[in-house]
Amino acid sequence: MKLTLKIWRQKSKDDKGFFKTYVHNHVSPDMSFLEMLDVLNTELIKKNEEPVHFDHDCREGICGMCSLYINGKPHGPLQTTTCQLHMRSFSDGETITIEPWRASAFPVVKDLVVDRAAFDRIQQAGGYVNVNTGGVPDANVIPIAKKLADEAMDAAACIGCGACVAACKNASAMLFVSAKISQFALLPQGQVERKERAEKMVAQMDAEGFGSCTNTYACEAECPKGIKITNIARMNREYLSAMLSSYKIESKGGGD
Amino acid sequence: MKLESKTPEGPLAEKWTKHKFNMKLVNPANKRKYDVIVVGTGLAGASAAASLGELGYNVKAFCFQDSPRRAHSIAAQGGINAAKNYQNDGDSVYRLFYDTIKGGDYRAREANVHRLAEVSVSIIDQCVAQGVPFAREYGGLLANRSFGGSQVSRTFYARGQTGQQLLLGAYSALNRQIANGKVKMYNRSELLDVVIVDGKARGIVVRDLITGKIESHSAHAVLLCTGGYGNVFYLSTNAKGSNVTAAWRAHKKGAFFGNPCFTQIHPTCIPVSGDHQSKLTLMSESLRNDGRVWVPKVGVKGLKASEAVKIKEEDRDYFLERRYPSFGNLVPRDVASRNAKYVCDEGRGVGATGLAVFLDFTDAIKRDGKAVIEAKYGNLFDMYQQITGDNPYEAPMMIYPAVHYTMGGLWVDYNLMTTVPGLYALGEANFSDHGANRLGASALMQGLADGYFVIPYTIGDYLATLPYEKVSTDRPEFKEAENGVKERIDKLLSIKGTKAVDEFHRELGHIMWEYCGMSRSDAGLRKAKVKIQELRTQFWKDVNVLGSGNELNMELEKAGRVADFIELGELMVDDALNRAESCGGHFREESATADGEAQRKDDEFAYAAAWEYKGDNQPEQLHKEELKFENVKLTQRSYK
Repeated sequence: MKLTLKIWRQKSKDDKGFFKTYVHNHVSPDMSFLEMLDVLNTELIKKNEEPVHFDHDCREGICGMCSLYINGKPHGPLQTTTCQLHMRSFSDGETITIEPWRASAFPVVKDLVVDRAAFDRIQQAGGYVNVNTGGVPDANVIPIAKKLADEAMDAAACIGCGACVAACKNASAMLFVSAKISQFALLPQGQVERKERAEKMVAQMDAEGFGSCTNTYACEAECPKGIKITNIARMNREYLSAMLSSYKIESKGGGD
Repeated sequence: MKLESKTPEGPLAEKWTKHKFNMKLVNPANKRKYDVIVVGTGLAGASAAASLGELGYNVKAFCFQDSPRRAHSIAAQGGINAAKNYQNDGDSVYRLFYDTIKGGDYRAREANVHRLAEVSVSIIDQCVAQGVPFAREYGGLLANRSFGGSQVSRTFYARGQTGQQLLLGAYSALNRQIANGKVKMYNRSELLDVVIVDGKARGIVVRDLITGKIESHSAHAVLLCTGGYGNVFYLSTNAKGSNVTAAWRAHKKGAFFGNPCFTQIHPTCIPVSGDHQSKLTLMSESLRNDGRVWVPKVGVKGLKASEAVKIKEEDRDYFLERRYPSFGNLVPRDVASRNAKYVCDEGRGVGATGLAVFLDFTDAIKRDGKAVIEAKYGNLFDMYQQITGDNPYEAPMMIYPAVHYTMGGLWVDYNLMTTVPGLYALGEANFSDHGANRLGASALMQGLADGYFVIPYTIGDYLATLPYEKVSTDRPEFKEAENGVKERIDKLLSIKGTKAVDEFHRELGHIMWEYCGMSRSDAGLRKAKVKIQELRTQFWKDVNVLGSGNELNMELEKAGRVADFIELGELMVDDALNRAESCGGHFREESATADGEAQRKDDEFAYAAAWEYKGDNQPEQLHKEELKFENVKLTQRSYK
């Protein structure tokens, strides 16, 4: 296969980026999209041209590190991660446009690499159950209905790639945040801090500069792990209920 | 230097309990006076960093990815073993211990393995308390499955994403400590050297991968939780970034490397499709429960899956069923892998490359119906179709073995300390627990055992002996290490040769796979050693790394890692040459029974090999830790 690639090149965060066009003559339909870029990079290096930087790691669709915006869609035409997209999904002679995730909360680091630290900070705001290692009860002490456990697992399957943000015209992170809030709202282990968690994670999400949800469902349509938009509805309920009961309790500390 | 395993005295089942009591403690108020560095944020690293932060130590954690959640533990599919005996099917701590020792072909330390089995039960409790959504029965209790030929159902799982869920659990615990200010997290930072002060590990030198800045960090102890080195083969099921650099730098600073030749090759991976291949994808070995493995009796060049049906039943060789009538397609990983290689070496392999065998579900679909097979393996079949474009319901899958896990790693004593005081290795990065072969669903168990339940105890015993004073990163030991790192980077950037890093890496992979892979021989290994040395010379003459050291430069990162892999490759070959026996994943052609099965030599090789670095281009020195088996009787594996 022969392809024309229009790739976003940007030297660093503060530089101005631009599209550069490459002709790629050595593409096999069996290659993954990232392997196609590997081959391009090897050719560029041979010509003493700087290779294209892109994030990737596991290349089996689970680490969430790969992140390309391909022909106007996050992770390209299939509902999968870029590493699981193969060139047989494209036709000979096609022109492919490759951009980084587009969201002000995900600044470009270099070429196609973006900074998704905002996602980590949202998780740090409350995406956990406050338990220390050790001293916990036996795992089978609390039965959890299979249906609930399965639903929690559906939400927990999020890989944190950021495709939902990239797909959204408002660059909203609500699918990502709601997946974690849902997982813990569904499980008994998450009940104690349920309200506080919703408040804190939503506050951090807003502080990071992600946009609002206007129910276009673009995030669900592009999520490589099939995270459902119903999680956003649940998050909104959790948040509303937290605000209504004004859970904010200042810690008084102290005691003996 | 004499190797001391520091295994506690006393009966096997009491060693850990007694040891926990005998170890020194650090007073809660004094814990905040100690700094600990944790490198790597997979299961071992994230769980260690979180647990040490909870205890009150000041932790600095480092990962090279953009977030600690990306560590490759995330990709583990199958499950995690624990001796809970929830199924009332005869499991126990002793049985898990016994299975692990036997599965490791008697090349692991008894006391470590028993401790692993003991703490396995606490891991599941911990993960459930964190909100890990394990699979459950309709009654709401945890579900288990039998895994990897185990006789009991002791494997806990979260669909096919157990590693992901366990890692996200550990990541959440880590996040909690980051939010509490007890862990300071450094993303996109790569360890490039370990700093030794007065004979003790007191810090590390890292490169900020975004700015290229070389920075030193000091601490009272350093934990390497940096995973395995399967990418020395270039193609493996590891993530592209998985590397040996941290372990190798530590090795060069005095940490002995244990059993480097022990690598695990997984039989059911999607075969290589061409030279562009960048990694291999594992298909769960549960597929062998229903799939039948075969090749044509007479080789057919380029046989496609769609043409398999043309091969008549009597012209097919179901080679595992033929050679191992009692275990059939369910023989252990190493046996299944080796036999696939043999039939391909005979020219009977299938597919475009001839390096694949069929895994055929036709009979299972006929027997159980498509719906049943779909319910069991639907997601795997979909994944296969996505990658290969072939539909496994209509034509057999093609599979081939791939490197999956490395049992070898930094040698550690019972406390998980390497031969450098204050330097620890946890999880896949160390050599302990799995001997010469790892059982399915045991990697996750070991990573979390080390991080949650071993290191929080053993590190205190060491720290309690140290003064609180911090060492300054202005000390000459740090400056020297920084300069070494900078010189190496400058060297890599100045070569400006003609070949890309990947080309060298791929070449190294070919050598390792051919001569130090599934089957190893004296002559082949000697050839490999020469080839690796030549490759190393070539690399330092002809690699082309563009760009500078003061920016995000992924080629530079790769170049440093590949340079280390090349050196490690040579040590693996030395270790494989030295171990003239077949055991576990290490098969020496000279050490086989009359019918070609692995032959262990307990009289000569019942030891862990620990290699000491003696300087650039010097042969490494072998130290032996004799393995004493006081509780299990050594037997030869047989699957006939």
